[in-house]
Formats: sequence, structure tokens, C-alpha cells
Amino acid sequence: MIDMAVVELSRLQFALTALYHFLFVPLTLGLSFLLVIMESIYVMTGRPIWRTITRFWGKIFGINFVLGVATGITMEFQFGTNWSYYSHYVGDVFGAPLAIEGLMAFFLEATFVGLMFFGWDKLSKPAHLFTTFMVALGSNLSALWILIANGWMQHPTGARFNPETMRMEVHDFMAVLFNPVAQAKFVHTVSAGYVCASVFVLGISAWYLLKGKWTALARRSFTVAAAFGLASSLSVVVLGDESGYALTDNQKMKLAALEAMWHTEPAPAGIAVFGIPSLEGRETRYEVKIPYLLGLISTRSFTGEVSGIFELVAKAEDRIENGVHAYDAVERLKTDRHDLAAREQFERHKLDLGYAMLLKRFVADPRQATPDQIRQAAWTTVPNVPVMFWVFRVMAGLGFFFILFFACAFYFSTIRRFDARWFLRTAVWIIPLPWVAIEFGWILAEIGRQPWAVEGVLPTFLAASSLTVAQLWTTIVGFTLLYGALAVIEVRLMLATIRHGPVEPPPPEPDVSSSTGGYTPLPAE
Amino acid sequence: MAPLLDYETLRLIWWALMGVLLIGFALTDGFDLGTTTLLPFVARTDQERRMVINSIGATWEGNQVWFILGGGAIFAAWPFVYAVSFSGFYLAMFVVLSALILRPVGFKYRSKRSDLAWRTRWDWALFVGGFVPALVFGVAVGNVLAGIPFRLDSDLRAFYEGGLLGLFHPFSLVAGLLSVAMLVLHGAAWLAIKIERGVVHDRASRFGQMAAILSIVLFALGGVMTATMDMGFRVADTVDPAGPSNPLLAGAVAAPGAWLDNYARYPWMLVSPALGFVGPLLALFGIRSGREALAFSGSSLGALGIISTVGLSMFPFILPSSIDPASSLTVWNASSSHLTLFIMLVVTIFFLPIVLLYTAWVYKILFGRVTLRDVDTNPDFY
Repeated sequence: MIDMAVVELSRLQFALTALYHFLFVPLTLGLSFLLVIMESIYVMTGRPIWRTITRFWGKIFGINFVLGVATGITMEFQFGTNWSYYSHYVGDVFGAPLAIEGLMAFFLEATFVGLMFFGWDKLSKPAHLFTTFMVALGSNLSALWILIANGWMQHPTGARFNPETMRMEVHDFMAVLFNPVAQAKFVHTVSAGYVCASVFVLGISAWYLLKGKWTALARRSFTVAAAFGLASSLSVVVLGDESGYALTDNQKMKLAALEAMWHTEPAPAGIAVFGIPSLEGRETRYEVKIPYLLGLISTRSFTGEVSGIFELVAKAEDRIENGVHAYDAVERLKTDRHDLAAREQFERHKLDLGYAMLLKRFVADPRQATPDQIRQAAWTTVPNVPVMFWVFRVMAGLGFFFILFFACAFYFSTIRRFDARWFLRTAVWIIPLPWVAIEFGWILAEIGRQPWAVEGVLPTFLAASSLTVAQLWTTIVGFTLLYGALAVIEVRLMLATIRHGPVEPPPPEPDVSSSTGGYTPLPAE
Repeated sequence: MAPLLDYETLRLIWWALMGVLLIGFALTDGFDLGTTTLLPFVARTDQERRMVINSIGATWEGNQVWFILGGGAIFAAWPFVYAVSFSGFYLAMFVVLSALILRPVGFKYRSKRSDLAWRTRWDWALFVGGFVPALVFGVAVGNVLAGIPFRLDSDLRAFYEGGLLGLFHPFSLVAGLLSVAMLVLHGAAWLAIKIERGVVHDRASRFGQMAAILSIVLFALGGVMTATMDMGFRVADTVDPAGPSNPLLAGAVAAPGAWLDNYARYPWMLVSPALGFVGPLLALFGIRSGREALAFSGSSLGALGIISTVGLSMFPFILPSSIDPASSLTVWNASSSHLTLFIMLVVTIFFLPIVLLYTAWVYKILFGRVTLRDVDTNPDFY
């Protein structure tokens, strides 16, 4: 039988390392494009202040970027170390986007980032801007491929199970590539990164303005971040990834869970703004609902029905029963791969094979399952409703808040008022909020996918490696200590750099070799 | 969509490409690993150390992608290998990843504060980030040659017997030290062409010569051990090179001494071990005579020879199992599907030349020796 402690610890480690990695990635995604905007202005206007601005935010970008890279190394290998059976089972599909990410995106980003930092006096202005742009392009393409991989876990199209190799194999690569869930996720995620970077730049600029320091830099950064932030915050909400929720049973379950909608309602369904969902009672108490809204958002129609949890569980029960036939066929094919009857039985039921595997939690051989165990297994398809309900509300609420916030910022920058102290103070205090929204978004996506590692295909508890609890604790404690120490150092260096401000080192004595560029001292404030 | 190439050919191509990626990693990031391993020994003052660090400061990050891409490509083309090896070497992988995590941070954060204690700590972190991965990669290869204690059940789930300490035995230690010597030589050869001549350059050259000699001795010792110790596996003659990727369908058996079979069957393969000796010799000669380009070419050829020797000796095996040879992973039973291999090949043919092109451009921009004077005058230096 599967050791559930190993599974839970593996999930814990993946969650810790992924959430930690994702503290750095959004800022990289957004700040890289802000750098491109700032440097473009420098190249177009030739005004030295924009060079100083670009270099200052570039320095902050660098401190953040290295930790993104460092913690990304763990992610690339963690599927193999901790999710060995998953790697075997879906590697034929899932490995490709990861490899393409390395080849097409990460190489671009990592090769040019060195030149971005070291090339200021070695490259012409347009060539350096090109380098910065390649870093931004690389990091954003990187997000695209990672989300194509993740999108496939949420909505596994273009692949089917091959009993001869006991794994999923690609039959339509274009379907994997243009997976609608992946596309929606990509736009949503990178927009969230842009919001994060805009809030960050705006917050620090506001702090400088409050202190009356480096105001020339702060006002300009404020203006760029306000415009970029307004556009991104609209994009992140409008192009949120709810559009994919109507596609499949699991995505429907995710929607039902985050709305704590236990029973199907007549269309169009209402949206709950408040409530206390209870897992044990399978009900939501003290619910306050806005009528019609949910149906409209998720089905984009007045007649589309949003399924409730009870109905989806009943459907899962059918699929489990059906899947047992597929499981039986696979077992027979193992002993005789040319058994035609088994092959035919498999073809008829193969889409539900994953559902039969949910039974392995309760019984070693799913074919021996009792109706009671089948009902139990069907209920495991419901993710943690209260967590989903609240995490979604915090994330979505913050999303709307950011639109309001950037609308104000944009207004102030348009009328060139940089002295509204209440707003500046708010801007400083809310710097951590995009991270809260982003991490909650990730939790929502991944908790919402449970109990599946790959929706409808492979349950999470079967995906882990055959490790021991001791091994897992060793690495969890190890990563926590290492990451914890690095986080402390990073935050300190970041704060020191911000406090230090955009001071350039004194120019060197004149030298023929550096005559191509040189650096300008900051204009007097 | 029907792939244009047959399954057997694609498997062979991807086996070779896996070698290309590993060698690409050794040739590029290899000198970064060697350089940071040498850092505390060849450079004593802060100024000297900054010169060494900045000789790789702008390019190590791109080089490291060979490692990341190696992981991704093995996942995509050899999912079995990715699944079995990294979970089998679980704690060793943790050690390597932790050491590699110290590297980016070390480069970037060391220069952020000027106090010496802070900088010395990061110097040692960078040393760990170079030495430990170099050693563990070698030890891992030694274990792969000897066979890994894993078995597959009928669902093709892998189980292991053996832990971290079991990885260290005489043969794997020889392999580990060979890996360190090879990469230290490569790092020393890099420093020889990349930093100005002077006291640091001289020290690096002395370490380089030692590493070249050690590399030759350890490679020879490893060869003798491979031939004489209880090592080697053979596949059954009936194996179908285009069969489904299911190890349980193809029989493999332990056959001591079998790692030398291929050289008898295909004598041209002897080019690889020959390069493994000639390369370090050339590097030694180049360093001694001050021909630095020759030294770097020599250390590159050496790495190419040594790594390809491992691959060719084991062919068609990739990961043999010591406790259940029938579970062994080979070129014929551990790959992705026909279609995935084909798609990934198309993607690689398209993107790899582009990567090489812009990498070359970046190296061209950064061409030239780093000097002690640069360290004082360039505000962008680490």
C-alpha cells in the first residue's frame, strides 16, 4: 500500500519550494518589462536620469533575479526526485514543455542577463536595450512553457494512456500547446507579475517621495509604474482564468468548490460574497449571495448551468465504476499484451482509468472495491472547500483593490501631484499585498486540482516517489533552513539597496578603453 | 502526424543528444565549477578573488542552463531515466541542488557588502558550489557504471535499496575525483586564457598541471577497475530496438567485463578513451608552454573524451540495475514515445543553433582578459 505520510510530506515540500520560488518570479516577470520601458525612454530621449533610473531598478532586479534562478533549479529536478511515478507516467507529455522552456526561454534569459549587468560600457545604447528586452522576453516565455505544463495537469488534452508502456503518451502536440486552460493561466499569471512589480516600484517611489529623497527618480518611476500597473491590474481580473472552469469535470468541481456550491442551481447561478462552508456538514452557512452573477461569469450565458458538488460527486461515482473495467483490462494486458478482448474492453473504458485509481487509497486492487469504498473514493474528488472559498475571495478582492489603487495612482500622476501623503503612505504599506494575492492564486489552482496530480488521469497519492519519511524530513528541514537563511539575506540586501538609493560609484580616472560609455553621476536634486 | 524518422533512429539520436547536452554542460558550466573550486586557493586578496569571480561573472548563468536543459531534455526524451535516477539518488541530489543554489547567490551577494568576513564566507560558499557538484556528479556516474540498486514493479513503479552512504565505494570515489580533476583542469585552463598574466595566473597554471596529471592517472585507474572489477551488463540478443518503452519486456543480464564489449565490436569507439588521455596531455603541454588556447582546447577535448567513454562503454545501457538486471533502462526501452522524440528533435534542431549563435555573440562582446585594474574601475563588476 501507499505510505500516505510520504505523499503528504512530498506535497508539503513541493508546496514550500514552489511557493518560495514564486516569491521571486512575479517580480522578475514584471520588473523586466518595466526595465524595458524605462530604458526605452532613456534610448529615445537620451536623458541621463533615465539611465540612472534603469540602472537603479536593474540593481534591485538582480538581487531578486538570482534567488528566482537559484530556487528554480530545485523545481526542475523535483519532479524526478519526489514525484518519480508521476515523471514516468506523464513524462512523455509533461517533459516536453519543460525542455522547451530551457531551450527557448531560460537560455535566452540567462545568457543575456549577464550582458545586461556587465554590458553597460561594452554595448551601444540600442544594443543594451535589446539585451534588456531579451531578458524580459526570456523570462516571460519561460512562464508560458511552465504554464503550458501546468495547464496540462489541469486539463490533460492531446494524450492517451498506452497499456504497453503503462503511461500517458502524446498523440496531438498542438492540443497540448494550445490548451485553453494554459493560455488563460499564462495571461493571468504574467499580468499578476506585472501588477506585483508595479506595486513594488510604486511603493518604493512613494517612500522616496515621503522622505523627499531622490524625487526626480521617484516621480518618474511612479508615473511609469502607475500606467503599467493600471493596464495590468485590469488584465489580471478581466482575463482571470475562470474562463476555463466550464471545460471539464474537475474544472467544474474547482468552480463549485471555490464557490462552496453544494447543489446545482437553476441557471444563471448566484455568486456568494460571504459564507461559512463546512466540510463535515457538506453545506454553507450564513451565505450571502448576489443572484445570477456566477452563471454569467463562468458560462458567459444566461442559460448555462453551473454544477454543484453533490451532482459532480455522483458523476465521479459513475466514472469510478466505469474505470474499474479499464483497470481490469490493463491488468489482463499486463499478462498477455496480445489479449484482444482485453484491448477492446480497455478502449471502451480508458477515459475513466484514472478514476479507478482513486480506489487504491482504500483497497489494493480496485476490482475488489465495495460500493461503500466507491462512494468514499468519489467524495475524495472534492477539494478542500473552505480553503478554496476563502483563498479565492482574498485573491479576487485584492485584484479589484489593485484596479482601484492604480486608478488613483494614474490620476495623481496625470495631474502631476506627487504629494498626497495619504496615498503615498498607502502605497508603501500595500507592497506585500500582491504577493499575498499571487501565492493565494497558486494555492487555489493547486489545491483546487486535488486529489489529482493530473486531472482525471493520475491521483496525487500515486504520483510520489518510493522514499522514506526520514529522507523527506531531511530535505524539508534542509531546504527550509537554506531558503530561510537566503530569504533573510535577500530582504536585508534589498532594504540596504533601497535605503542607499540610486547612487552611482564615482567615475574612474579617464581611460581610453571606457570612452565608449562611461557613467553619469546622478543630476543634483 | 507520422514522424519522418523511425523509432530506433530517433532513440539513437536522442541518446547522442543526451551526450551532447552533458558534454555541453561540462564544457561550459564545467569551467565555472572548476574556477570556483580553485577560487580560495589561486586568489588570496579580495582584489584577486574579484578578478577570478568576474572572469565568469557575466557568463556562468547562461552556462548553467546546460544543466537545467539537461534535466528538462532527459525528462522529455528519457522520462524513465529522469524518474529513476533522480529519486534513486535522492539525498545526493539534495546535496548537489543545495550546493548549486549557493552559487548564484554567492556571485551576486558577495560584492554587496565590503566587510571581509562576509566576503570570505561567500568565497567558501562558491567553493562548495563548485567542488561538491563536481564530486557528486562523478560519484553518480561511478554508481551508474556499477549499477544502481533499483527494481520496477508491474506498474513500472521504481523501488530502491540503498542510501546516500552506499553511493561511496572505491570505484565511485575514483570516478568522483576524476570528475573534480577534469573540471579543475578545465577551470584552470579557462583562467589561463581569461585573466591577466601575473601571480593568480601562475597559481592557476600550477593547479592546472596537477589536475591534468591527476586526470590522466585517475582515468587510467578507472579503466583498469572497469575491466577487472565485477561490473558490466548485457542485453538479450532478442531485444527489439523499436519496441515499446517498457523495461520489463526486454531481458538484460549482469555480465562482468561487458563494458569493454563495444570496443571489440566497434574499434572506432576507441577514439573516445584516447581523447580522454590526449586531451589532458595537450592541456598540460599548453599550460607549460604558455599556449593558453591550446590548454583550453586540450581540457575541452579531455572532458569530451572522458564523458563519451562512459556513454559508449555502457551502450545501449543508460541505467543498469544491480539488484534486478531485468529492470535495467536502456536506449531501447526507456525513451519517450516515437512522436515526442520526433517533435523534440525538430524543436532542438530549430532552437539549439540559435542558442549557440547568441551565446557566441555574448562571449564575443565579453572577449578579453579580466585585469586587476578592471576590478577597481568597473562599477558593474561583482
